[in-house]
Amino acid sequence: MLHLTINDMPILVRKGTTILEAAKQLNIKIPTLCHLDLHDFKIVNESVSCRVCVVEEVGKDKMLTACSTPCREGMNIRTDSIKVIKARRMMVELLLSNHPTDCLICPKNGECELQALAADVGIKTIRYPGARTVTKVDRSSKSIIRDMSKCILCKRCETMCSTVQTVGTLTDVGRGFDTVVGTLLAKPMHETSCTFCGQCLAVCPTAALTEVNNEDKVWDALSSSKTVIVQTAPAVRVALGEIFGMAPGTDVTGKMVSALRAMGFDRVYDTNFAADVTIIEEASELVHRLTHNENLPLLTSCCPSWVKFIEHNYGDMLHIPSSCKSPHEMFGSIAKTYLAEKMGIDPKDMVVVSVMPCVAKKYESARPELASEEGISDVDIVITTRELGHMLKDLSLDFPNLPDSDFDDFMGESSGAASIFGTSGGVLEAAIRTAYEWVTGDYLESLDFTELRGLKGIKEAIIPLGDKQLRVAVSSGLGNARKLLDSIRSGEAQYDAIEIMACPGGCIDGGGQPYTHGDTEIIQKRMNAIYANDRKKIIRQSHKNPQVKKLYDEFLGEPYGEKAHQILHTTYTLRPKI
Amino acid sequence: MNFQELRDLQPIARKKLDERLAGNPDVEIYGDGYRLSGDYFRRQTRVVLRNSDIIDPLNIEEYIAMDGYRALADILEKEISPANVVETMIEAKLRGRGGAGFPAGRKWKEAHDYDAERKYVICNADEGDPGAYMDRHILESDPHAVLEGMAIAAYAIGADYGYIYVRAEYPIAVKRLRAAIAQAEERKLLGDNILGTDFCFHLELRLGAGAFVCGEATAMIESIEGRRGMPRFKRHRTAHKGLFGMPTIVNNVETLANVAGIYRNGPEWFKSIGTAGSPGTKVFALVGKIAEPGLVEVPMGTPLREIIYNIGGGIKDNKKFKAVQTGGPSGGCIPEQFLDIQVDFDELVRIGSIMGSGGMVIMDEDDCMVDIARFFMEFSVEESCGKCTPCRIGNKRILELLNKIIHGDGRERDLDYLKELSLVIRDTSLCGLGQSATNPVLSTLKYFEDEYKAHAIDKKCPAGVCKALKHYYISDACVGCGLCMRNCPTNCISGEPRSKHTINQESCVQCGTCVNVCPVKAIHVE
Repeated sequence: MLHLTINDMPILVRKGTTILEAAKQLNIKIPTLCHLDLHDFKIVNESVSCRVCVVEEVGKDKMLTACSTPCREGMNIRTDSIKVIKARRMMVELLLSNHPTDCLICPKNGECELQALAADVGIKTIRYPGARTVTKVDRSSKSIIRDMSKCILCKRCETMCSTVQTVGTLTDVGRGFDTVVGTLLAKPMHETSCTFCGQCLAVCPTAALTEVNNEDKVWDALSSSKTVIVQTAPAVRVALGEIFGMAPGTDVTGKMVSALRAMGFDRVYDTNFAADVTIIEEASELVHRLTHNENLPLLTSCCPSWVKFIEHNYGDMLHIPSSCKSPHEMFGSIAKTYLAEKMGIDPKDMVVVSVMPCVAKKYESARPELASEEGISDVDIVITTRELGHMLKDLSLDFPNLPDSDFDDFMGESSGAASIFGTSGGVLEAAIRTAYEWVTGDYLESLDFTELRGLKGIKEAIIPLGDKQLRVAVSSGLGNARKLLDSIRSGEAQYDAIEIMACPGGCIDGGGQPYTHGDTEIIQKRMNAIYANDRKKIIRQSHKNPQVKKLYDEFLGEPYGEKAHQILHTTYTLRPKI
Repeated sequence: MNFQELRDLQPIARKKLDERLAGNPDVEIYGDGYRLSGDYFRRQTRVVLRNSDIIDPLNIEEYIAMDGYRALADILEKEISPANVVETMIEAKLRGRGGAGFPAGRKWKEAHDYDAERKYVICNADEGDPGAYMDRHILESDPHAVLEGMAIAAYAIGADYGYIYVRAEYPIAVKRLRAAIAQAEERKLLGDNILGTDFCFHLELRLGAGAFVCGEATAMIESIEGRRGMPRFKRHRTAHKGLFGMPTIVNNVETLANVAGIYRNGPEWFKSIGTAGSPGTKVFALVGKIAEPGLVEVPMGTPLREIIYNIGGGIKDNKKFKAVQTGGPSGGCIPEQFLDIQVDFDELVRIGSIMGSGGMVIMDEDDCMVDIARFFMEFSVEESCGKCTPCRIGNKRILELLNKIIHGDGRERDLDYLKELSLVIRDTSLCGLGQSATNPVLSTLKYFEDEYKAHAIDKKCPAGVCKALKHYYISDACVGCGLCMRNCPTNCISGEPRSKHTINQESCVQCGTCVNVCPVKAIHVE
């Protein structure tokens, strides 16, 4: 243990504690900006570059960054001296001197950490106006907008992109004042190996990285004569409430459905229905591969970011991901075939809107593989949880006080297995709940596979499947996926099925979710809400969803059969490494 | 080669060298060795540069002739323990010649005492200060002295691998280093089983791609590891966790060139040169408005006045001395009042500058100190890696303020801004580059505040350097000959014959042609 004093207050801390952590124990708040400590994922941005958290070690000229400097025995720290206050203000003032002041019309207005910091520090004027970074805004991709004039070079995005996700699209280029976070050879985002996971924009403190906003497209569709149907992913309903000040982890399914109806959607459906269909197909595929002992392990394919990652980086392994489309794409293709027929409308006159926790889904919906032969996309517009929240604010809805209502019939019914798709480990657990009964012919007593749950980056388990053992692994975060794939490629590890989600913790922590500003407790609470949703359901296995059975009886025929393949499965494309 | 063979080779090689140098007027016998002829060299104490321009750097035998590799051989043959080798370095009090003057022995001890499966020695040859070229000269003229120093350092800390990080802009140094490494490896003075012992030390060159900041140890390590050369936050000492996470010592070229001499002649000999706090010699690159520019090696503690006037021959064209800038872009400007200080690490810091790598830029009455500060800030802004806020944006703002003042748009409060911002940048930057970048501003503000005020308040440049503040005017001495009018390239001079002419300030480009052609010296600059 180490003794030190901060602002004359003595404190005893463990070795390795930073000054910032020690100050927090004394209820001293030291402002930070580039600092990001995603504790539950063991992710720390080690850039230490903004210098906003500088504190004074009494008697020394050189100041210390509280976020990164470990406490030493006998330290005498001041966080409240004139020197500290002036230096901190100067850092913020300098950052603002190279930052647009268009806060009122900025996409991050109200969510910007620099804006909040400037207000806290009380910057009233910029004494050092001067040259500004001028860059072209990169709007090339369907998912992410890059406006480097708003970048403060905290490098959180680079940490997520290069260190955590091992994608390596974002890195700083140029030097000195001309440094920007750029891409290889300054390529536009859509030409890079970016997977559009959106973790960069989830941690960006300013509006340097934001999602492509599709709100207007939705309003336009709603005011057109077309039939507009909406589906919502399982992770949206456990996070949407946060935008309206509700406690993290509040399940707002009923209010969300009411709100979507109020927006004017013709049908309000649930992606969870399609998640159950996904399980029927994916579990069938797994059983098929196990029986024939081929192309193992089966990799889940629900996550578009992960799919793009394997296409870029593991071109030799493209035969092992499941050929299943992701649930919202399955929903789209069922809607534009079966549902359109049932409703008696031309699929061209139907607009499918997906509300997703994800920004990669925006890119995914434009993949040519995910459209009909006539070129009709399965899904037309994707908006994120954040965009939906904003649209509801536009409507002046008193969201927290809305009455609950139910999804529309048929494509609104789902099992508990579908609910857990929104969290890391959920897809595999759902698949096992079905595959077990199909393979063994027995009734599955306990539906909870707790070893697959939690925020750990890589989880492994051996599941007894009758006389067989199913070797499974779950990873969230693409860096963890890379570890698993490398071990499979080298033959070091053998698995039968692997679930991969690109975002740490799964979709609950997706790039399109309400900003958490580094508070991983929020992710934990969303996860708890997901499992609570599962427990609430009477039917907790996908193959027992009666509406799904009806879909196969009336339309698809055999699971994993010819028609199912045509409508619910897809192909992958080899992409360059960089 | 083994110990005996090295011992046998030395007198033979020396004889060959003596024969080659016999009758060479550039070289004279000095003690049992040589030195370069002439007062310029006689007034110096050449320890690091003892072989420079005397031996053939491409011939390892000439280095051996001058007792080269004897220190390394002695340590290995007498089986002196690494701990004792470190102890000798601590005793000698050799301080790092790269800039900060950190005791080399302490660095070595930290690395020696830290257990690890692998350790590294890095030679910092990324010399980048404008006007400084002592490291280049050492590498070009006596590369083996650096290699021997590195091998001894490696033995002391227990490293078997080392890197020389050298600027790609030094092609001759690179070529000679490559040749030297090959020759040393061939004679078993580097590589596996050095001189037949168990000690192995492999050396590799890494070429810097032109970033000044890569001279900073953590940025250099990043660069060697294959990443963008940016300083990193030091969670651990480099001597504990440096290159590839292993204990690493980073020593500069001149530091390493001092090593073999210390072991050959003993720490007491080394401490007999220089001052108590900074023993040994220092090589300075004397440039600027100096009569005899060049590399000068003197004992630490030599007064500035002696270096500039006695060795350097005083100010060029007998102009008046104004300041000397030491330590490159990280250093400060020292005014005349300190000419008698004894130059060592601590004295320079005391008066607001630093030793740095040993650049010494002399300025005379024609130099504008605001412009000098601007020059160095321009360099630091260009070379900032862009990582931390104060260095990336702060230094840019400092440069903008200086430009504003130089262009005549300054206000008095800009001087307060300059000072306040400079101090914050110094205290909050991530690495040494940012922490010292504003030293040229702070020192000129301190010692030449009047010049700043003249620019900002009176809109005048006393040295007549800053164009925007300079005006050409014709005095009453004008005889109206019309020569200036006819020679003016922009036709901005007008006047009737035999009456006083005038200059239109709007179109004058301050080329100075009129001053040169005026037969009665009636045209003045203000």
